[in-house]
Order: sequence, then C-alpha cells, then structure tokens
Amino acid sequence: MAERRVWPMIVALLALGVLLLPLSQSLFGLRLTYTVRVVALGGSLLGALSGAVGCFAVLRRESLLGDALSHAALPGVAIGFLLAGRQLGALLVGAGIASWLGLRLVAAILRTTRIKQDAALGIVLVSFFAAGIALLTYIQSLPEASQAGLDSFIFGQAAAIIESDIALLGGVGLAVTLVLALLWKEFKLITFDADFASAGGLRGGLIDALLSTLIVVTIVLGLQLAGVILMVGMLIAPAIAARQWTHSLEQMVVLAAALGAFAGGSGAVISALDSDIPTGPMIIVVAFALVALSITLAPGRGVLWRQLRQRENRRNFRSRRLEPGA
Amino acid sequence: MPEPGELALAIDDLTVAYDQKPAIWDIDLEVPQGALMAIVGPNGAGKSTLIKAALNLIPRAAGSALFHGKPYEAARHLVGYVPQRGSVDWDFPTSVLDVVTMGLYGKLGWLRRPGRRERAKALAALEQVGLLDYAGRQISQLSGGQQQRTFLARALVQDAQIYFMDEPFAAVDATTEAAIVNILRELNKRGRTVLVVHHDLQTVPEYFDWLTLLNVEVVASGPTCRVFTLDNLQKTYGGRVTSLHGGQVLAAGG
Repeated sequence: MAERRVWPMIVALLALGVLLLPLSQSLFGLRLTYTVRVVALGGSLLGALSGAVGCFAVLRRESLLGDALSHAALPGVAIGFLLAGRQLGALLVGAGIASWLGLRLVAAILRTTRIKQDAALGIVLVSFFAAGIALLTYIQSLPEASQAGLDSFIFGQAAAIIESDIALLGGVGLAVTLVLALLWKEFKLITFDADFASAGGLRGGLIDALLSTLIVVTIVLGLQLAGVILMVGMLIAPAIAARQWTHSLEQMVVLAAALGAFAGGSGAVISALDSDIPTGPMIIVVAFALVALSITLAPGRGVLWRQLRQRENRRNFRSRRLEPGA
Repeated sequence: MPEPGELALAIDDLTVAYDQKPAIWDIDLEVPQGALMAIVGPNGAGKSTLIKAALNLIPRAAGSALFHGKPYEAARHLVGYVPQRGSVDWDFPTSVLDVVTMGLYGKLGWLRRPGRRERAKALAALEQVGLLDYAGRQISQLSGGQQQRTFLARALVQDAQIYFMDEPFAAVDATTEAAIVNILRELNKRGRTVLVVHHDLQTVPEYFDWLTLLNVEVVASGPTCRVFTLDNLQKTYGGRVTSLHGGQVLAAGG
C-alpha cells in the first residue's frame, strides 16, 4: 500500500542532504575541499546502495547474517594484502571471497549439524574476525607494511575514499539497481515466501544465491568507509527506519536508499571535520538517529502515534460508557 | 489399478529423515486425477513433511514423486501450493492484491512484470474467496481467516492441475471454512486434484472423497468410504480414537 507522504519525504531528505554541505561550511567552518566533496559523494552512494539492498536483508530476518558476513571479510582483506600488496581491487576481492566463504560455512553448519542459527552465526563471526585481527597484527609487524593503514578496515575511514572509488561505487550501484529492477518480483516473492516461490515455479535456489550475492557485494564495498564492525548498521538502519513510514516494498526500498544516502553522506562529512573521528561510528550514529526519529514519529507504527491513538480510544470509550447514566 | 497416465500423483518409496529418525518412511501413494483428498494423522505424523518432500522443498532420503507422470522439475506449472499460514511474516510491507498476484509470477517467467491482465486475474480470485473489498489492504491488517483466504486466492490464480494445501482449515472462522469448502468443491468439479492436510476428523467424510491416513508410514489410502473406518483410525492414532459420529464410521467401514 503506497503512502502519499513518502515521496515528498524523499525529496526533502535529498534536498536537506545537498544543503548540508554549504550549511556546515558557514556554521562549522567546514572547508569544502575537493576531498570533502568526494567523501560526501562516496558516503551517499554507499548509503543509498546499502539502504536499498539492506531492505531485503532485514525483511528476510538476516540482519545478523549481514553482521557475520562483514566481520568474516576481515581475514580476506589481510590475505589480499599479503598476496597483492595495497591494491584496493585485491583487498576487496579478498574480502568478498572471505565473506562468501563465511556465508557458505553458516549454511553448511546449519545443514550438517544440530547447531542453531544464532550459534552458527556466532561461530563464523568470531572465528573469521579473530583470524583477521591476528593476520592484521602480523602485517603491522612487517617493516614495509606499517604504513598500509589496513586497520582502517576495522572502523572505517572516510579519507580512504578517492575519486576512483566513486567510479567503482557508482558503477556497482548502477549494476545493483539494474538487477533489483529486473528481478524485482523474484526478490519480493523469495523474501516474503520462499517455499511458495520454489513450489510455484521460480528457481528459488538461484534467486536466493543472487540476493545473497548482492548483500555480500554491498558489504564488501562498504568496508573501507564503514569498517567491518559497523557495516551492518549501514545495511539495516535505513531499512528499519524506512519500514516505519510505508507499507509498500517499492516505497520502502526507495526511502531506505534516500535515508542511507543522507546518513552515509553526512556521517562521512562530519568525520572528515576532524581526522580523529572514525567514519563508521559517525555514519551509524546519524543512521540510528534517523531510526529513533522514525520509530517515535512515524504515523501508524510510531510509538508516539500509537500512544495518542490509545489515549483517544480510552477517552471515546469512557464517554460512551457515561452516556446512558448522563 | 489405474494407468500411470490417469494418476495425478504417484509417490514411490518416499522417505525423509530429520536427525536419523524418519519423519516419513517408505511412502507409496497413488492419487487419481480429480480426487479431493485429505491427509490425516496425529501431530508429528509427517503430513506437512510429505507435501514438502513431494514438492522438493526439503531434501529426500529416498524415493520419487511423479505429477501427471512427470518429475517435479517438468511439472512445476501443474502444481499449486498453499503453505501453512504461519510460515510467512504477515507484517511484510505489501497489499492483499499484491500477494495474490504472486501466484502468477511463476508463469510470467523471468524479467516480465505483472500487468493489467494479471491484476484482473488476481481480482477475480479475490472475489471468489470473498475478499474483493480487501484488495488494497495492507496484509498485516487481515484476520487469520482472511490471511488464509488470501493464500487460497493466490493458489487459485496459479490455475494448477494438482493442489497441495497445508492445513488451510487450521484456526479459521466459519466464513472462511465455508469459503474454503466451496472452493474445494469448485476445483473438484473442474477435474482438479486437491490434497489437503487436515485435522478435523469429524468433517472428513463430508468434505473429502479420498483419504490418506498417515503416521510416519501410510496406514491406509483410498476412497473415504473404504478408508474412514474405526479400525484404520485406531491404527493411525494408536487407539486414541474410540468412536466418531456414533455408528456412522463403523457402518461405513462394515
């Protein structure tokens, strides 16, 4: 069910996001350097991408799977570095492979043992992450690698984004949008009712694998900016916030993309103000402020709204009860 | 024995095991075309497992299932499915009409989007289950019975030859029960085969002309008038069934 209020909200969010740059220039003395603009653009693109893809992760109740997969990427980054040096391509491919292995491992544990899902996710998350930290510590001890800055993958770093990353983010973002648009009905059905999708003639396994791949790709792209620990926040926060405002999946995905772009862009810029502020936490702080606002204020689902309605109901009920005696 | 071509469903040696213990064991089942069949048995008898294994939704330890003589991969378009109502999240952001339209996704194929024709089909199915006024509703606002009828409408637009329904009568209101029964009869009249996982023994002879009694293994399967006997029911439920409708069951069996 589409809500008319959502489209103006999206426009307002984007306008506010665009206005934020000159605003912070005059208020906080932010210098609109080339770097800051690149960081803002990169953060927004990444936020939009993870916001849209994250909707499916949240609706499939796979938020924690996203968390495990992003932690699982860390050893891949380290191994990529050991094999190819500090080339972004190698690091991201390594991250993607490790993350994908984590995904397969969770599935294998669930299939072959009696371990429950939460424990399987826990196992994959901590074991991969521990291996990643151990490898990073080893890399730090290498003389030629001390300047590699791989530890920025843990909490994310806005300064790590350079112009070529924007092209990568834009390209992948476009590809993901295209896949989402083309396979929209397949993704919707597999998310709502996977058994029916398979029984009803769709290739359930294939669609499931495609959707998981989109989630892994999104996570990998976001690692540099948001870091492995908090990347899941970029995935789930915009989706959770957007869900409060609408009952239509189409609107939810677009709104989540807009909210993600806002959080990603503004969070990245704020952290760029001072090199001591890590980018991942800053983006997540903004994103979850949006979540808190949405959960409180959204009409229909919001806490405030429900309390108002409850009070009104109670008043109506009381006055009706008094009527016969009055 | 009917010719294989006349069988809507032929299950052979089907076995499914969770953790070594078999959930269903060596199921042989033949369902003629046009049968309106109940699958009845105690909790844990493997009724849902049987359906899901036949439809390849869970892995089989052994066995095969043929739909109108074809394996499942070649017969997907012949099969309609109504999963248990509780198997999905009804807070999913979508409308009733949208859920019903999902029944047409399989036939649409990759890349094609549902259009005006699909919308018309979905609305017709909603009218059939008495939910036309609810087409635009968000699904989280539906009652349990309305959810069940939405699922039924989604299966109707599939226009399948053989339907598998997992507990459609579970915890529904009288309106919904009547609507479901009407649709079962309508499907039956059009020569479709319907398999229903069912719990209420009282209504079995009234609603179904074919019956399979299941308790991990098939206890009995065939026309309801032959299978629905006190003896068979006691074998299925382990002697917990003492009488049903007074002498009616015994008379039918004797």
